[in-house]
Amino acid sequence: MKSNKLLSSDRLFDIFNYALLGIAAFLVLYPLYFIVIASVSDPNAINTGRVLFWPVGFNTTGYEKIFADASIWNAYKNTIIYTVVGTAINIVMTMLFAYPLSRKEFFARKGLLFFMMFTMYFQGGLVPTYILMQKMHLYNTRWVMVLLPALNVFNVIICKTNIENNIPNELYEAASIDGCSHFRFFGTVVFPLSQTIIAVLILYYGVAHWNDYMNGLIYLRSESLYPLQLVLRGILVQNQASADMMGDIESMIAQQEAAELIKYGLIIVSSLPVLVVYPFLQKYFAKGVMVGSLKG
Amino acid sequence: MRKQKEKSIHKPVSLRKVLVRDWQLLVLCLLPVIYYIVFHYLPMYGVQIAFKDYYAAKGIVGSPWVGFKHFNRFFSSYQFWTLIKNTLSLSFLQLLIGFPVPLILAILLNQVKSYRYKRFVQSITYCPHFISIVVLTGMITIFLSPRSGLINQLIMLFGGEPIHFMAEPEWFRPIYILSGIWQNSGWSAIIYIAALTSISPDLYEAAKIDGASKWQLIRHIDIPSIAPTAIMMLILEVGKIMNIGFQKAYLLQNSLNITASEIIPTYIYKIGLIDTQYSYSAAISLFNNIVNIILLVSVNKIAQKTSESSLW
Repeated sequence: MKSNKLLSSDRLFDIFNYALLGIAAFLVLYPLYFIVIASVSDPNAINTGRVLFWPVGFNTTGYEKIFADASIWNAYKNTIIYTVVGTAINIVMTMLFAYPLSRKEFFARKGLLFFMMFTMYFQGGLVPTYILMQKMHLYNTRWVMVLLPALNVFNVIICKTNIENNIPNELYEAASIDGCSHFRFFGTVVFPLSQTIIAVLILYYGVAHWNDYMNGLIYLRSESLYPLQLVLRGILVQNQASADMMGDIESMIAQQEAAELIKYGLIIVSSLPVLVVYPFLQKYFAKGVMVGSLKG
Repeated sequence: MRKQKEKSIHKPVSLRKVLVRDWQLLVLCLLPVIYYIVFHYLPMYGVQIAFKDYYAAKGIVGSPWVGFKHFNRFFSSYQFWTLIKNTLSLSFLQLLIGFPVPLILAILLNQVKSYRYKRFVQSITYCPHFISIVVLTGMITIFLSPRSGLINQLIMLFGGEPIHFMAEPEWFRPIYILSGIWQNSGWSAIIYIAALTSISPDLYEAAKIDGASKWQLIRHIDIPSIAPTAIMMLILEVGKIMNIGFQKAYLLQNSLNITASEIIPTYIYKIGLIDTQYSYSAAISLFNNIVNIILLVSVNKIAQKTSESSLW
């Protein structure tokens, strides 16, 4: 049925397409790969462009300095606290809100949806929120990091849509005839049946907490409370490797070289947890995007 | 249940009956509702400081009203047009260049027959989405460093002069936009890939029997079927135009590129929290918010008129 000419043009398309996607994948992957090999290379080799595809002059000074630095450990600990506690709060709150919003017969459903969506379009803004956090004595406490981002409108909608699609209405009808209340239905049916969506939410909220630097920047003053990203900013972007990190290094050049290595190492150390969890949750999150078709 | 529903259409159910039926749902909502009131609606009440001279000692209510003083000051300040220009050109360029990339990526991926290759490219292109903006900025400064950065080494290899990318205002936008494409295209493509996989295979079969080439399949089947999704995403993007990422712009900013990198969100932050001009900052942010809403509503209207997809 097909003419030869068409076949060859399709062939050409395929070759072109595979090559293009291959190049795209390479361009995305290479910078990440480069950071990995650079983190264990000789800074001199990096600066002269000799590190391209494999590490040159194996060297772990960067990692040694990072692991010896107390402020990074402390920031790491803080970020873990914010991520674990924050995500737990997120999951409970999101489920609590998503279930009632998924009940079509619930009289306040439309009103509450509007009540929530409205905050997406109109916000108090930076300064009023900042003043409020101060008045509530949340400013410069750990609480602000886990309470302020306790709910996310998109995630509530994803979760609500998922409950609507995955838990048949008949199930509730049958249960309610047997005298099952909403509380019990929520606890014994909805929660256990929502494992997939909870996995997706853990990923979304967890990554957001892990990568958050803005709330720390605005609402935290004490360095002992700083999350990892804020400390990273100082070192990666503002070039302030802390003095005690460099303590025993004498010459300026050696210090500069160590600072470079610390940067590479820090990128790996700070991104590792997310990138390690990612393949395991990968099969879930594409689903999350799909059920989250944005219409309420 | 279904019968009950039909009944309820004809006969309004009394509030008491409804409350007896739904009180448990209300109880479940309680914490989230309190959260929204405290963390989102209370700050809205604080927006009034935009029309006042806020003094911490007098509080929000006690501070004196000054009308549109702060707005007038903003509109007549020499920064005003620069800020608007920087914000809009960054947003529009990002939309213009960044928006089509995930679409193209999804269409190309959809044409890949080998499941493993498709999976491989997808997994790699998602990856940078999970990297924090701080790390992304760190990587940018490393790769663009004039002395040791990989890009400048390439330039020098071909006999060019090293460019101090981070210090030149004209490079700010390209850096911002290209790094955004690098980080988010794979992730944004997911939703289009989902839309493409839901196209019925019969459609492709029928077209192939009629002798359509791959290029024709893309033009006449793929593009029309993802158009509604694309329009919806476009509306959402336009809604963010004035709220374009504070975080990345703030991190990429330095005193040398400030003429291009100062955008409204970063200005609000500096005026408000660094210079502590609370009322002035609140006024700028209110102005920004209102422009944003107007944009969103009008784009949605246009979308409603020209196609069937809209946000509400």
